[in-house]
Amino acid sequence: MAGILVYALHDDEGNFNKNSLGAVSEAARLAGELGTEAAAVVIGDVADDKVAALGAHGATKVFRAKNVADGLAQPAVDVMAKVITDGGYDYALFGGGLLGLEIGAGLAARLAGGVTVEVTKVKVDGGSLVAERPILQDSEIADVTFDGGLGVIVGRLNAFEAKESGGSAAIEDIEVELSDFSSKSELVTRGEQRGEAVDIEAADVLIGGGRGLGEAEGFRACEDLAATFPNGAVAATRAVVDSGWYPYAAQIGQTGKTVAPKLYLAVGISGAIQHKVGMASSENIVAINKDENAPIFEFADLGVIGDLNKIVPALTEALKARG
Amino acid sequence: MKICVLVKEVPDAAAPRKIDPGTMRLDRSGATTLNEFDKHAIEAAMQLKAGGELGVDEVVVLTMGPNAKVLQTAVSYGLDRSVHLADDALAGSDVAATGLALAKVLEAESPDLVLLGQQSDDGECYAMGAVVAEHLKMPSLTQVVKMDVEGGKLRCERQAEYGYDTVAVSLPAVISVGDAINEPRYPGLKDIMGAKKKPVDTKSTADAGIDAGQVGEAGSKTKVIALNPPPQKEAGEIITDEDTAATVEKIVSWLEERKLI
Ligand SMILES: Cc1cc2nc3c(=O)[nH]c(=O)nc-3n(C[C@H](O)[C@H](O)[C@H](O)COP(=O)(O)OP(=O)(O)OC[C@H]3O[C@@H](n4cnc5c(N)ncnc54)[C@H](O)[C@@H]3O)c2cc1C
Repeated sequence: MAGILVYALHDDEGNFNKNSLGAVSEAARLAGELGTEAAAVVIGDVADDKVAALGAHGATKVFRAKNVADGLAQPAVDVMAKVITDGGYDYALFGGGLLGLEIGAGLAARLAGGVTVEVTKVKVDGGSLVAERPILQDSEIADVTFDGGLGVIVGRLNAFEAKESGGSAAIEDIEVELSDFSSKSELVTRGEQRGEAVDIEAADVLIGGGRGLGEAEGFRACEDLAATFPNGAVAATRAVVDSGWYPYAAQIGQTGKTVAPKLYLAVGISGAIQHKVGMASSENIVAINKDENAPIFEFADLGVIGDLNKIVPALTEALKARG
Repeated sequence: MKICVLVKEVPDAAAPRKIDPGTMRLDRSGATTLNEFDKHAIEAAMQLKAGGELGVDEVVVLTMGPNAKVLQTAVSYGLDRSVHLADDALAGSDVAATGLALAKVLEAESPDLVLLGQQSDDGECYAMGAVVAEHLKMPSLTQVVKMDVEGGKLRCERQAEYGYDTVAVSLPAVISVGDAINEPRYPGLKDIMGAKKKPVDTKSTADAGIDAGQVGEAGSKTKVIALNPPPQKEAGEIITDEDTAATVEKIVSWLEERKLI
């Protein structure tokens, strides 16, 4: 049976990642059109009642590798390669994220297949899957097909919507022997939250700060601007979080949070895809950037080309003056 | 100990990018440059060599592509020598095929560490490290923003979906570094002058023992069958700041119109 296999990422408590559930729903939809089935792989000792979420989202079968720890890509490649080889799966599907990229690429290499990343849509054509992959800063969309071998599709963050179908999945526990090199990395700590536990998800207005702020101190100006709104907060890009300028809890994007406030005001942010995916659904997007070619101007509702050091303090004063 | 750094020639950021409708590949005829993200991998290699803990004797840079110019730029940062994989048979290779070809060349070099950047500025697949590692059967991690030598292993930190992960990786390994890991140096005049004299080893697919049927367009399992424009989105309003008081006034009234203030 030529089906679709999904990697279902979960946290240490066994709660599945929303994008993984989206990938399961998408796989179920596509499998329906192809006349086949969608299955999922769970790595780690996740309890049956938690695993049930995958069936509820459309998987008919779940392979669980209890003896393998989740969180690193290469052991997951071992597990998925075995399931795919034993079960004859044609496609592997991943929700957005980082591990999916690593596992997907490794799987394609191991099983001599093809891999397409950043996929925003998948359709069925003539009994095969066609992946839509935006390229060149989203200026074109390439339709990609797979020509023999395993087809690996790694979705863009939030590309696939999680939908409960109310089904249930049969769980099969599998034993997988890890390859020698997969055991050569050790996950020392996982999911460390760096910096303060700020809450940005409830804010109506987010002032997003990026590398253009120049230094950690630069965030002060964003905080002052955010304070002029009744329910404002400050968000950040990965670039500045990795540099230790702002807490991880405030990060927007692929490996951060997804938000949709009434207003997202981006200050000194280039608008890389991995940031865009976390904030593109904001109702109104304003961007201040000194580079007229910055990608953020492609999707801002109001783009201001200029120096943030001049504009942001003046804007803050003007809003304060309005009271 | 030997470090190999993988680099890529990409279209210059200032040059407009377009797809050649005939081949459905990126038109690479314009000005090109060393992929910015690779400079962080070069810098990381130089720092590991200078640090001394690993006893790095040699840093070798490797590229696949028609032009060797990018290798000269790369060695001007102080690297020791370069390997250039060039062959018409490689044209049109997708990520998996490119990774396979690079891995074949790396196999012959037998490095203790392979470093690469977090992404190429043109292909943006973020996946090359994982493909290369799989073929070399080495442990691997991508998007690493902190890397320390500890007990002969690399202690790496990177952000994944739940926050920061710390991973101890045994050597030999393949590591892709994020752009926050370091501030790349500027090449010194002496190194720029010396770059031309550093050895370049040019290899064809046959020299590298690559099966030509597994690379290039023929060996690539992904096929681009069509290119379409993205759904039209209403263009935003753009203002250029010439007089900041007037700019701020425009922003404020824009926000007012939408009842955001
Ligand atoms: C797998 C993966 C996952 C990732 N996950 C995330 C994620 O979750 N979130 C995320 O944000 N990124 C993520 N990234 C990184 C992303 O690709 C970008 O590198 C990052 O978003 C860039 O951050 P930035 O806009 O702050 O910095 P830059 O791209 O460096 O942009 C800085 C901008 O500031 C402008 N600027 C500079 N000075 C001024 C001034 N004085 N006035 C006005 N403008 C100025 C510049 O013109 C520039 O456009 C990820 C990348 C990968 C590969």
